[in-house]
Amino acid sequence: MLAKGNALGVREFKGQALSWQVEGGVIELALHRDPCNELGSLSLGELERFASALDELEKEAHALIVYSELKSGFCAGADLRELYEQSHAMEKLQAAQGVRDFLERIHRVLNRIDAAPLTTIAAVHGVTFGGGFELALVCDLMIADKMARFCFPELRLGLIPGFGGIPRLKRDLGNAVVRDLLLTGRSFNATKAQQIGLASQVVGEGEALRAARATAAQMGKFDRETAVAAKRFIKPIPAEELRKEIDIFCDLFSRPAVQAGLKKFVESTDAQPYLP
Amino acid sequence: METAEKTLDEILTLAAAHFKVPRASLSPDEDFFKALGIDSLQTLDLLTKLENHFRVELPDYELQGVTDFRTLAAKIQARL
Repeated sequence: MLAKGNALGVREFKGQALSWQVEGGVIELALHRDPCNELGSLSLGELERFASALDELEKEAHALIVYSELKSGFCAGADLRELYEQSHAMEKLQAAQGVRDFLERIHRVLNRIDAAPLTTIAAVHGVTFGGGFELALVCDLMIADKMARFCFPELRLGLIPGFGGIPRLKRDLGNAVVRDLLLTGRSFNATKAQQIGLASQVVGEGEALRAARATAAQMGKFDRETAVAAKRFIKPIPAEELRKEIDIFCDLFSRPAVQAGLKKFVESTDAQPYLP
Repeated sequence: METAEKTLDEILTLAAAHFKVPRASLSPDEDFFKALGIDSLQTLDLLTKLENHFRVELPDYELQGVTDFRTLAAKIQARL
């Protein structure tokens, strides 16, 4: 299903959850769904629309920047409220199938962006949690505002990251670091992200998009065919592990503990509800 | 090495500046969630500010249940 949006054509789109435009060979994909770009069915519909438009956009662009227009952060991850309400209202089998369908769809979109023949940059600030972190990991480079904060809090719900987080983290980092981030569920800052090799640049508050634009302009100086060949060589899609991740996520999701965890999170008034 | 009192003073000054409340209105033993009027996202901002300022890592789980500035200062002091 495509979300309602003010479609202006392939080169430019203004939706309810995101917008994009292309200028000077750079596609800018802006997230702007309150409160913090939670990824639910609305965002997914518009992301699918973006993935479809990429075939045309790629003809005139060499780079893609993904960023958030919201002060709260880049993206707080999956829309857990929607997930809870929808799965709560369904039969168990129907809910499990609904989750699998959602994951299949978002994996198709993220794999498409991951493999795009463009140099892709996530310009992140503030909350970059769960599915938001996974969206940033799809990109070739991450440029982080010094107030950016990252976290994989899924274990608190009895789940693992479901939008490709583990395979993509493993692609980029050592296994010990991946275990630390996943198994503690702790959040960490941009300095740490740079130390472990996730963020390529850390910049001052409010400077991530400017730095991403400067980086994208630099990339425009290189031969496009060479840049695409280099990316294909060094950034393979971990397809087998991504499939496995969906299966593990769906197995875990069918357990009653997950519904209880979602309920607790949705109803929480705790100042740190992302913690177990 | 910073003293515990200096750490506490810097936390109060930093929190007051970031959340735009008068420094004099904050006291070491009060509940910082109430004193600063902050929500969960703003709590993360405070955590990041403190980590950047003191150049330490503060795992969230070590701060669970911490609500006053003085205890927060002790947690940071232990990592300096």
